[in-house]
Amino acid sequence: MAGEIKAAVYDPLIDNNPITLQVLGVCSALAVTTNMMAALIMSIALTTVTAFASAIISSIRNHIPSSIRIIVQMTIIASLVIVVDQLLKAYAYEASKQLSVFVGLIITNCIVLGRAEAYAMKNPPAMSFLDGIGNGLGYSLILMVVAFFRELLGTGKLFGHTIIPVANDGGWYIPNGLMLLPPSAFFVIGLLIWLIRSIKKEQVEPADYQIHQVHRTEVL
Amino acid sequence: MTENTKKQGFVGKILSLPNDNPTKTIIVAVLLCLVCSILVSTSAVIFKPLQVANKEADIKKNILGVTGLLSDDVDVNTLFEQFEVKIVDLETGQYSDIDSATYDQYKAAGDPEQSVKLSAEQDIAGIGRRAKLAKVFLLKEGDKTTQVVLPIHGYGLWSTLYGFISFEGDFNTIGGLQFYAHAETPGLGGEVDNPKWRQLWQGKKAFNDQGELKIEVVRGYVDFKVAGAEHKVDGLSGATLTSTGVSNLVKYWLGEHGFGPYLKNMNAEMEK
Repeated sequence: MAGEIKAAVYDPLIDNNPITLQVLGVCSALAVTTNMMAALIMSIALTTVTAFASAIISSIRNHIPSSIRIIVQMTIIASLVIVVDQLLKAYAYEASKQLSVFVGLIITNCIVLGRAEAYAMKNPPAMSFLDGIGNGLGYSLILMVVAFFRELLGTGKLFGHTIIPVANDGGWYIPNGLMLLPPSAFFVIGLLIWLIRSIKKEQVEPADYQIHQVHRTEVL
Repeated sequence: MTENTKKQGFVGKILSLPNDNPTKTIIVAVLLCLVCSILVSTSAVIFKPLQVANKEADIKKNILGVTGLLSDDVDVNTLFEQFEVKIVDLETGQYSDIDSATYDQYKAAGDPEQSVKLSAEQDIAGIGRRAKLAKVFLLKEGDKTTQVVLPIHGYGLWSTLYGFISFEGDFNTIGGLQFYAHAETPGLGGEVDNPKWRQLWQGKKAFNDQGELKIEVVRGYVDFKVAGAEHKVDGLSGATLTSTGVSNLVKYWLGEHGFGPYLKNMNAEMEK
């Protein structure tokens, strides 16, 4: 049991990471990683929603009619997201303004529905909750790493505090504006996937097709 | 299943039905919707007061920002007390006696009694209706008005932009322009929030010597060698439609259907 709990929480961090291995939830990973504060709040929001949605769905899994299964899951997820959004607007107004539509878009984040459908529908509530936490943390880890590079290289700051003085304010560093645009998140996530798969070779997918070697004898 | 059959009565009967039974499907759907809607509406009601307070503080912050008074050390509400809030009748350009604390200009714009419909010709800002009365914020030194903040809004490319424009004591020199709510494309139209671009507005003159409204956002950069540069602001590159929208909404609100009469009155009073 202890091993199972460990696996549910730790596996999604690197070995089965929702972003780098399953390549889910990339949309929001591009959008909210321009600074670490936004990424952190998004991470907390998504982890909370995934954990509670999984737990609730799992606790009623034996009574969910399969014909309306997805709608039931979406309704639960959507309600939780609205509550989180309201909470942010009440207690973290600046951050919620910055995240704008992306908190609402957690509803469509593939990770939440993916865990509900793949795990919570078949496992008991406590484990589903932990699985949600684990996957949320896996998402958070990647978000924070991407935001770290984007904010540092794009503005010379971390969490809004100046780390490298930029040229505009009399420092030496000329910030890389590309890092603040969405494409840079693609590059950073791509490099991360490359790095992880170089270390963990088992994550490398087999090629979709192989170039057929033509030998002279076959042609003849 | 054994667990469920033990339960007695209606609930037990429902729970023990097979999951694909139509009756159970409907009951599950209805119950789920009920529970979720209660959850959502409860949270909406509980957090409403806090959210409203946040929104108000944010608007105050923007009014302070546009006048350059905002500081991190002093509380927003304390700073805001310096302002004298007045209601202006837009048609006559005179102050009205209505209580400014309870008046909401944007709510009034939706009420046919308190607003006027704009004809397509007048409505260059794309707002449809405008309230008859508007809230203005005055900063005074003794009897002399040193700054005035006017609320403005209008359509950009995707969304209505809401913001403030401030004037110096002559009611002609622009002190600042700032939007607090919009949904323009980040990085392109969203650059209306860029401090560097906002700074371009500072010191521009809205009216020329003959009192004609001349302020506009031009495409590309303003040529300072050509006469009238003091009325022109650089357009945002890659955001022609947002720039045009901002240009139009500023023109509308400073024009004869917006604050034009009020600004003329105040200007005349200054020169007395």
